Amino acid sequence: MTMFGRVAFLVLRKDATIEIKSLEILSTTLFFAVSCVLVFAFAFVKEGSIVADASAGILWIAIAFAGTLALGRTFERERYAETVRALLLAPAPRAAIYVGKLLGIVLLLISAEVMLVPLVALLFSAPLFARPLLLAGLLVAGTVGFAAVGTLFAAMLVRSRTRDIMLPILLYPITVPVIIAGVRGTAALLSSPPDEAIAGMWIGLLLCFDVVFVTLALWTFEPLMTE
Amino acid sequence: MTFDFDTVELAEVSRHFGRRRALARVSLTARAGDIVGVIGPNGAGKSTLIGILATLVSPSSGEARYGGQSARDLGGALRRRIGLVAHELLLYPELSARQNLRFFAELYGLDARRVVDAAIERAGLRERADDPVAGFSRGMRQRLALERALLHAPRLALFDEPFTGLDDQAVGLVTVRLRLLAAGGAIVVMATHDLEVADGLVTRVALFRGGKLLLDEPAGAGLRGRYRELVRQG
Amino acid sequence: MRRAFVPLLAIATAMFMYAPILIANAPYESTMGLVQKIFYFHVPSWFAMFTAVFVCGVESAIFLFRKKPSADRIAAAAGEVAVLFGLMGLVTGPLWGRKSWGVWWPWDARVTIALLVELTFVGYLLVRKFGGPGADKLAAAMAIFGMFNVPFLYVSVDIWRTIHPKTTVVPTLPGGMPGPFWFSVAAFLLLCALLMTARAHLEHQRAALDALYLEEE
Repeated sequence: MTMFGRVAFLVLRKDATIEIKSLEILSTTLFFAVSCVLVFAFAFVKEGSIVADASAGILWIAIAFAGTLALGRTFERERYAETVRALLLAPAPRAAIYVGKLLGIVLLLISAEVMLVPLVALLFSAPLFARPLLLAGLLVAGTVGFAAVGTLFAAMLVRSRTRDIMLPILLYPITVPVIIAGVRGTAALLSSPPDEAIAGMWIGLLLCFDVVFVTLALWTFEPLMTE
Repeated sequence: MTFDFDTVELAEVSRHFGRRRALARVSLTARAGDIVGVIGPNGAGKSTLIGILATLVSPSSGEARYGGQSARDLGGALRRRIGLVAHELLLYPELSARQNLRFFAELYGLDARRVVDAAIERAGLRERADDPVAGFSRGMRQRLALERALLHAPRLALFDEPFTGLDDQAVGLVTVRLRLLAAGGAIVVMATHDLEVADGLVTRVALFRGGKLLLDEPAGAGLRGRYRELVRQG
Repeated sequence: MRRAFVPLLAIATAMFMYAPILIANAPYESTMGLVQKIFYFHVPSWFAMFTAVFVCGVESAIFLFRKKPSADRIAAAAGEVAVLFGLMGLVTGPLWGRKSWGVWWPWDARVTIALLVELTFVGYLLVRKFGGPGADKLAAAMAIFGMFNVPFLYVSVDIWRTIHPKTTVVPTLPGGMPGPFWFSVAAFLLLCALLMTARAHLEHQRAALDALYLEEE
């Protein structure tokens, strides 16, 4: 394995080790997502049923909100004892740290989604599992896109006093294409019959987004993290 | 791929944050075996200097050179040769001492098994090696932080206010370690405002005030008396 | 640019003074009548805004990768000018829409994209102000990401709107009125360039002042 890959893996494993001990971020993120879903449900359910596409929207909003919090919490761990400095001092290419963190966040969010999606399907009688592979494709591609931008912004805000509010302010306008693609793609899968072509098209857009923004983040990570 | 150097030089380095000047045209050279004391009151620019030497902070003008080469040209290979003992812990409180050391050892591409056990011994933490760092006393954390920073036997060892909040025994340990490092050929740069401890320890004194290097000379006896006026706050 | 500034300002002023005459004499658009003439302010505002966005993004990249402080100052100026012209566009749009189609906010593709880009650059200004240490670099990243996001916004919002067609129809540039239109575009772009220059000049002066303070000690 190249040094880049090795370091990214080490960072990922370290984060996984810390998280597995208490599952603090995963459990709180998941429960926050669930409460989001419930709040939106109360807002949108009328006479016991819900507009068909709304469940797709609710799912992705919950992922976006919960994801933002998870990003903040993950980097809070690096801020606590200034370990972010120790990571930047390592001989590895600094972008490898970004990749390690990104993979950790993606795994965390997908773990939460695995539990969230069945819940949404249940609550709203939404046939989310009609095309499970396509749904998985949407969720993975969308999560990677959201996390790619979010990890970079959360990292660069780690020393800022106003990081808690600035992260959503900066993150949401940039990740609107991800939300649109995720919601419309999921809605396409919810229609009967599921519109596979449209869902496939949105997955394609998400993959383009992922490639462009991960590349941008890899380029900008080092200049951003040096004071 | 192994890069090494025996001098580090700051060439007309300045750093400002808007209107606030942290460092003003500092030129300084340190050699292997030196223990350079960067002395000055709070706000004198000591931490910024250490940050620039560590490649964590980039200067507004001027550059830092390691064995004649600029930091910009060197990248990761240079960082392998730098160690930083900072005021903050730089350890993960949720992980055990052994896990922390192992992570950083592997990050630096060292043979983890060999190096980690030795470091745990030196820190005197054999009984508590597998307990989370969060439960350690301050002294234990300091010892572990010291070992973590020096795990890779750096050529340039940077210390930023290492004695703050330490008891006498801990101070003694750090002092001994500093001397060992210098004797082993490392370049040691230590920022502190504590003249008592620096006395007899440092071989060179670089005195800072308001970001300016006031004087740079070999250390004589009685640091406290000589520099007390200059280091006084305000 | 310095020496040309005042003459160009004079030209821009003259253009803006002449524009109402041109616009008044332009033919009426068949369905919307007089109200449609907001278009001579509305669309050029967007041209100016996206020009400023592009300048901001490019200068931010230069600042982040080549570390030239002057690039950061130009980017700061461009960011403010972008938000300004964006605001003009966002105000004239609903005014036009309300009168023409009966809705304040039509949720059509272009309007939504413009709003999102505006939000991105308002975020840029907020980061500059409240970002704490290293805010200039954070803002630069925001501008770069915002700039690269425009094509994605364009595609996704556009498709989003065609799937759910609503009551309004976004007019394409009508033929038969190119003269006053391009005149207005030229006037707005000139104004945009002048504002960016003036604002950047202010930043350069601030930096020069900071440098003097630093020298003085």
